[in-house]
Amino acid sequence: MSTLTLRRRPLVLRRLPGLQGLGGFLLRRMVSAVATLLAITVIVYAVFYIVPGNVAQITCGERCSPAQVHQVAAQLHLDDPVYQRYWDFLRGIVAGRSFSTGTSIEHCAAPCLGLSYRSDQQVTELITAKLPVTGSLALGSLVIYLLLGVGTGLLAAWRRGRVSERLLTGLTLAGTATPVFVIGLLLMIVVCGQLQWLPFPQYVPLTEDPEQWAWNLLLPWTSLALIEAAKYARVTRAAILETLAEDHVRTFRAYGLSERSVLGRHALRGALAPVIALAANDFGSMFGGAVLTETLFGLPGIGQALVSAVNVADLPVVVGMVLVTGFFVVLANLVADVLYAVADRRVVLV
Amino acid sequence: MSLVEVHGLTVEYDTTRAVDDLSFSLNKGAALGLVGESGSGKSTVAAALLGLHRGTGARVTGSLLVAGTDVQRATDEELRGLRGARAAMVFQDPLSSLDPYYAVGNQIAEVYRRHTRAGRRAARERALQVLDQVGIPDAARRARMRPHEFSGGMRQRALIAMAMACEPELLIADEPTTALDVTVQAQILDLLHSLREDTGMGLLLVTHDVGVAAESVDDVLVMRSGRAVERGPINTVLRTPAESYTRELLGAVPRVDAPTAPRAAITGDALLTATGLRRDFGRGRRSVTAVDGVSLTLHRGETLGIVGESGSGKTTLGRMLVGLLGPTAGTLAHGAERPRVQMVFQDPVASLNPRRSIGESIADPLRAQGEREGARLRARVGDLLQRVGLDPAHYDRYPHEFSGGQRQRVGIARALAPSPDLIVCDEPVSSLDVTTQAQVIALLAEIQQDLGLALVFIAHDLAVVRQVSDRVAVMKEGSVVEYGTVEEVYGAPRDPYTQRLLAAVPTLDPVVATERRTARRALTPTW
Repeated sequence: MSTLTLRRRPLVLRRLPGLQGLGGFLLRRMVSAVATLLAITVIVYAVFYIVPGNVAQITCGERCSPAQVHQVAAQLHLDDPVYQRYWDFLRGIVAGRSFSTGTSIEHCAAPCLGLSYRSDQQVTELITAKLPVTGSLALGSLVIYLLLGVGTGLLAAWRRGRVSERLLTGLTLAGTATPVFVIGLLLMIVVCGQLQWLPFPQYVPLTEDPEQWAWNLLLPWTSLALIEAAKYARVTRAAILETLAEDHVRTFRAYGLSERSVLGRHALRGALAPVIALAANDFGSMFGGAVLTETLFGLPGIGQALVSAVNVADLPVVVGMVLVTGFFVVLANLVADVLYAVADRRVVLV
Repeated sequence: MSLVEVHGLTVEYDTTRAVDDLSFSLNKGAALGLVGESGSGKSTVAAALLGLHRGTGARVTGSLLVAGTDVQRATDEELRGLRGARAAMVFQDPLSSLDPYYAVGNQIAEVYRRHTRAGRRAARERALQVLDQVGIPDAARRARMRPHEFSGGMRQRALIAMAMACEPELLIADEPTTALDVTVQAQILDLLHSLREDTGMGLLLVTHDVGVAAESVDDVLVMRSGRAVERGPINTVLRTPAESYTRELLGAVPRVDAPTAPRAAITGDALLTATGLRRDFGRGRRSVTAVDGVSLTLHRGETLGIVGESGSGKTTLGRMLVGLLGPTAGTLAHGAERPRVQMVFQDPVASLNPRRSIGESIADPLRAQGEREGARLRARVGDLLQRVGLDPAHYDRYPHEFSGGQRQRVGIARALAPSPDLIVCDEPVSSLDVTTQAQVIALLAEIQQDLGLALVFIAHDLAVVRQVSDRVAVMKEGSVVEYGTVEEVYGAPRDPYTQRLLAAVPTLDPVVATERRTARRALTPTW
């Protein structure tokens, strides 16, 4: 009897191994995501507390008198103990909070990430204004460098050992080795300046004019993609070559399938997993990390805003932006894990 | 009319000649066995028939005519037209031979579409048809599953189904049952036999196992170091081998029906007494019981054979006896003194550190016992090397410089180093060729005689276990279903499972094999 149940259970489990227990998996991951994000905020608060420099002085400006500095410190609650400030911050996310800006009282509804020390603007508003820019940049370039990278990798694996492969590998490597401001600047000078094929990039919201949105972003997307593609080409090539050495590839060769089918159908499929994992990481970190590209093309995104906030010790903005970046990193990895299980049914989500 | 015509086939890799001037032919509908030990070049021949060496750097000379195609002269496209359509191949490891990412049915359909003008739907239907033909129950549902959701035997059936899809004239089976349990092996061989009866296709069976060949082919070609040693009808070759190598090969094959040397009665005192041993893996609902309530006693100077198919829990039991695993329940009692226990592992390659000399590896357990003096270590290791039939001067050599059998001797020397009372050998000879296997078994028996150790011999091979053991425990799904002396278990098995296992062991007598096949057909379901 016991053996019967032993035999039966796995069969049921195996029917949908990728999706089995998806709910439980998502729940567990959500809990760990919240914990991760909380840890991030703690670290950012701690860093700000530890690094030297008078935040009130920086915020108020160099010419402020000690009395004015004192007033700013009081208004921004900088004199409160750090745990008190952190607690207020957490409460604001859940319940919202009110701030006195000196002249009036501003209410910041939940989820409230606080007010910028500098502009008194709500951090959530700042983020919602800048997120679409960074999101457009990240998503668009992701599509381009995945196509470019995986395509190049596939081609390189197919032409392995020949001149064309070396040429391809060399080209992609050159792409990676060149800093984005060199590639971007060159492209801008040639494509926008000399040839005038594209406008000098300027962010146009997707909701306003999709066509202009795409035209304006094409250059930033391409610059980023040229840099990222080499990595994907190498990973794809290596994974395909590894799969080509496996027994099941031998099977399909022994059954008369052409090299194209073997590569495109059987070997490429095996290369998907590492590409997915890599893409998830890159996509997530692009939310905080595309500073150079954003700066070069004058795109008012998260990365740019984060850097300037750090420069002026604008703690609420920094924490908010870091949180958003962290959120997308966690989200991208979650999506990657689910995709992973869909791509390879042997993977069980735990 | 010849289906396969091979003349003067020579295959050379960089420096070695894998196949040397080999010629043979196979008639339509006939079955030929290529038998040889590892390195004899038999698999290389199989690959050459489909032109699979093309583009790999191997040099192939001679002429190969397969199902009307001149393999040496054919274009790549002509070769692809031969592969899978008129000549199909079945490989050894059915798990790695199928693409893990696609449904089994789709993989078969893909091959079928490659060689026919069939549309998607027709190809899917053909896949179901052949899956059904090879005895996969509920083919419609199983065709949608991935290979990892199949058992080993079902995977091999699926691979055979893929081979059958285009109704080939020739089936090349390269060690098709080597990775399978003995009962499953018998089923697969029966399947190949009946497919041949139904379709009239020719079969080229490549195997290291003479018993497997005896069950399945009409003619046999014995190979050694790339050359043909002996050929002829299987009956003649097995009964009256002309060549000394063939005789040696046949003599080394352990048999379940050969007379065993009478063994002295076990007089030693009890070394270990296991009572109700149980071991679970995993927690909660996913928990699996690997060993369930095993009780046995080990005496000094005896060999206990533990035999069972994969997943029967024999390795887990062995590890508990050594103390590598703690039991979930049950007790392991010993006499006044705690016996010293050592283990010999299956894979002599993986169980030796490739970056250390074998002398260092053997000295490890001595160091663990506290011996630090370099000269004394070296002397003791030298003795041990001599004891297992190796040259003491080999102390500073590395594992890759040794053959499989020699490495297993190193493993035995390492186990002997701390002067154990009991050695547990887990499949110690299953990765070795039969002739090497016989030597290692003889060594173990000799050491046991001399040192009066207790041995636990874990193996899936019933004939090997019979050869070495005093008493035998037959395991099935974690429990011992039969436990007794060799004479009792093999001479008059009481448990139906033991009976089935014994009936599935290939015999070296083709006539007996045919009788058994008929009997199995009457008894067992098709899968």
